[in-house]
Amino acid sequence: MNRIDVKRPRNVLDHRKKQFADPAYKESQYPHRLNFYSTPPTADITLEQFEQWAIDRLRVLAELEACSFRNKTPAETALHMKPLLDKYLPLDATSSNNSKLHLQRQKDHYSHFILRLAFATTEDLRRRFTRVETMLFRLRFQGDDSRERAAFVRTLNLDWEPVSEDEKRALSPQLATTIGFGYGKRAQQVLDEDWCKVDWMRVPDLVESRKVYVKAGKAYVPGREQQSMVLNAYTKRLEEALELTARALPRLDEDDRLTPILNHLSKNFVAPDAGYTGTGSAVEGAEISARNIDALSQHFPMCMTHLHRSLRRDAHLKHFGRLQYSLFLKGIGLNLEEALVFWRSSFSKITDDTFNKEYRYNVRHVYGDVGGDSNRRSGGYSPYSCQRILTEHAPGPGDAHGCPYRHFTLENLGTLLRASGVTDRAVLQGVKEDTENQKYHLACNRVFEHLHKTEIKRAKDDGVMTAAQLETIVHPNEYFKRSYLLKNMDKKTQKDVKMEG
Amino acid sequence: MPHSDPSPSPMEEEVAAVAGSSPQPEEDFVMVEAGEVQGVVEKPTTAAEPASAQAKADEDTEVEIQQEKKTEVKLEDLFAGMDSDDDDEFPSSSKPQESRSADTSDASFELLRIYYQRFFPWRYMFQWLNHSPVPTNDFKHREFSLWLHNDAVMRYQSYNTSDLFRKDVMRLMPRRIEIGPVYTADPRDRKMFRTSTAFQPIAKELCFDIDLTDYDDIRTCCDKANICNKCWQFTTMAIKVLDTALREDFGYNHIMWVYSGRRGVHAWVCDKKARALNDQQRKAITGYFEVVSGKQGGKKVNIRRPLHPHLSRSLDILKDHFLKDVLAVQDPWQTPEKAEALLQQIPDTELREALRKKWEASPGRASTSKWADIDALAQTSASSALDSKDLLDAKQDIVLEHTYPRLDAAVSQKLNHLLKSPFVIHPGTGRICVPIDKDRLDEFDPLDVPTLQGLVKEIDEWVETDGAAAMAAVDVAGPGGSSQDVKHVQDWEKTSLKPYIEYFRSFVTALMKDERAATVKREREEDGDVEIKVESMDF
Ligand SMILES: [Zn+2]
Repeated sequence: MNRIDVKRPRNVLDHRKKQFADPAYKESQYPHRLNFYSTPPTADITLEQFEQWAIDRLRVLAELEACSFRNKTPAETALHMKPLLDKYLPLDATSSNNSKLHLQRQKDHYSHFILRLAFATTEDLRRRFTRVETMLFRLRFQGDDSRERAAFVRTLNLDWEPVSEDEKRALSPQLATTIGFGYGKRAQQVLDEDWCKVDWMRVPDLVESRKVYVKAGKAYVPGREQQSMVLNAYTKRLEEALELTARALPRLDEDDRLTPILNHLSKNFVAPDAGYTGTGSAVEGAEISARNIDALSQHFPMCMTHLHRSLRRDAHLKHFGRLQYSLFLKGIGLNLEEALVFWRSSFSKITDDTFNKEYRYNVRHVYGDVGGDSNRRSGGYSPYSCQRILTEHAPGPGDAHGCPYRHFTLENLGTLLRASGVTDRAVLQGVKEDTENQKYHLACNRVFEHLHKTEIKRAKDDGVMTAAQLETIVHPNEYFKRSYLLKNMDKKTQKDVKMEG
Repeated sequence: MPHSDPSPSPMEEEVAAVAGSSPQPEEDFVMVEAGEVQGVVEKPTTAAEPASAQAKADEDTEVEIQQEKKTEVKLEDLFAGMDSDDDDEFPSSSKPQESRSADTSDASFELLRIYYQRFFPWRYMFQWLNHSPVPTNDFKHREFSLWLHNDAVMRYQSYNTSDLFRKDVMRLMPRRIEIGPVYTADPRDRKMFRTSTAFQPIAKELCFDIDLTDYDDIRTCCDKANICNKCWQFTTMAIKVLDTALREDFGYNHIMWVYSGRRGVHAWVCDKKARALNDQQRKAITGYFEVVSGKQGGKKVNIRRPLHPHLSRSLDILKDHFLKDVLAVQDPWQTPEKAEALLQQIPDTELREALRKKWEASPGRASTSKWADIDALAQTSASSALDSKDLLDAKQDIVLEHTYPRLDAAVSQKLNHLLKSPFVIHPGTGRICVPIDKDRLDEFDPLDVPTLQGLVKEIDEWVETDGAAAMAAVDVAGPGGSSQDVKHVQDWEKTSLKPYIEYFRSFVTALMKDERAATVKREREEDGDVEIKVESMDF
């Protein structure tokens, strides 16, 4: 996020100008509400429109990403997004005969292409952009009028081969199992369904979850799952287009008027990880030092509590545990010197010599004190967000990292929670249900709310914090920060409480 | 899901890399730089401890200087290519002195030289990876990584011809060779490319890894690195299930199973279509095969009903193995604890109680009998609440838990994952990593696989007996064509390695034939040119 730094030789082809101004003026037509964005826009728009449209789309995308981090279901996401979409990026059905139809679709078309330019710079940005754009497309696809949607899908030339009635009949027992009719009257249901077959590589997610029958390299996809194929095609085409844009980017002219806008846009698309890169203290007034970590650990989320306890118990942490924990500590404001003191004293069973040889360098690397150019420039790694902890490097035996709500057995999770003062049966039951429904954020936030319920009530009553400031926590460092501030409300005047992060 | 310890930690590794490449007098090591050498920190005596993966940086300053050369340190990339297959890591029995010195006078080193010189099937290896008699980018842009005797790993090695490959191996005497992906460009030139898109992996065989340590909770005969013919059956059934699904479901034809030298097997799916799969597709196929999963030790089967066709077919393949190789041989529910674990999977309380009573009354009751008790008591005790479908589902889950393949997913999911080459020698057992003839799977005995020491002995004996006989035969035939044949008897043909190399050769021949047919077809389609040029295929 913080290294958008493309070197731009001058006097070369201006890719952006080409994309937006060439060939000569030709108004795009938008017969369908949905768009695969395969043709770049060609008409001129004003600089103001350029910026405003991009910002509006960015708002929508950022909110969509937040929904996914909070594990909202598709239905919850649709509900949550509706007012935002209506306001910033409305897109009506053709049948609505809305007079603004063309303008809506033009804005959708242009804003997509502007953000492509802004987000093609790094692999990370491209990946995230593709992900949220696919989410937006899915949302619209699901909400589209079914006749209009079918008409749109036909224009895509997706190369689906329909399954003949004879083949359906022949494969009926196998096909039945993939649509959930393994027992009873299944043959008719198989025949009623609209099947198509495609190379299995086209529908990897359906194959992975065994939701399709696979035979001789072909996946047999029931009508209800065909959405996934459209989405895959959308993702794939966007990925390829972004690669092409990325290759063209370094040729951009530096004094272009668009460059500052694009840079600004991409910087505003901040990952949840990035809020805590700074080495300054995350909370004012807190003493963030090696000797104070034990005291501060009362404000840690369970993942970090567990790491801290494991470290105290074993005087050691395995690699990913060290990484997750040292990044978190860096995020709460433990500086490099203190971090070295902390880790040295925590690994009490080893000699100075061993520590210096095997661990010192790693701690410094985390802080960007050593390592390659880019590591130093960016100040080392960013603390992990919940999303990262949940999805990367699942812990194995003997590991202490990861998310307890996701990676612990229910029994171990219960022990950890009770040891941390969560004994309320209703809360524990709620956590159990959350984790069973894979709503790990909810479980963590439930525990947070329980442990801080008095303070939260006061903060709300006194108007210290708005509802937005109490949104679902999706980052361990946010957990710490909020916990610390809530528990120390008395020590500070209202003015000092900064909760907007 | 990962069930083994995490791979050596990346941050530590890059440090270890530098520490590992201690000053080398030879120019060979010019290629070895920070970031390419993945430090193989060998501490044989503490191999099982987590600390064995820890970094060893002699000098902080030295490390820093080396680090500057790297353009980008990405956590994931640093170990993306590492082979997680611990089976093949170095055994605790190898003595540090032996493995650390690259002394050419060392006896084991000399054996290795003999092996590469006289036994290693260079020609077929080349054809296998090249898919054509004339060197193509499939071979030239392929990454090899060589594990040397001084603990360094040379990654991103590549060769323009089979001969150069052979010469380099003869020069460096790696104790292990790994095969990586084919890249968009020559791996040795990768530094010339600025962007990750210009130099990236584009093809590699689809690989699977089965390791018997993942079966430790259900095998009773052996544990850890040990195997015997009884627990080898888990591998046999896994191969049957996977091989069938890869052929029938995914339509692949060129699947080679390779013994990993100790306690597992690797699959190499070599079809052109399989080689081109991207990471997402590799992940998908791995997920398709994942049935037994679990966190923190407890392995669980979690599948939807009705059963997916792949799973009902797998059950058909596995049910006999379950009765014969698992219940009768492994007797998995022998102990009261294991029997109780089985009871926990019985869905009906009354039935569970009845079984518990019966088993407590006859301690040591064989697993086969216990299994039969379930159905018998379910019929007689006639519990009103018993749902026969629930019971059937539970029994299917139990069968799958004890027989269905358990894969190391990391090996299959990434295009750029390196895997140990066939025909290298396992350093712990001395056995050759030979391909397994799938049609004679039941005959395969992992304990009977040729070892390096054995091969050398066999060749000596051949000279004394068969060789003499052959020479006599030539005399009888008189001067003429047949004497030519005898002269060309390769060393491997004189040993027990012969059937394995012959199998490999036929596998490669079939692969090349398909590949050529595809090329011809494509050319014909592209040019509309009907003329078929068949190059001399020198098998
Ligand atoms: Zn055994």
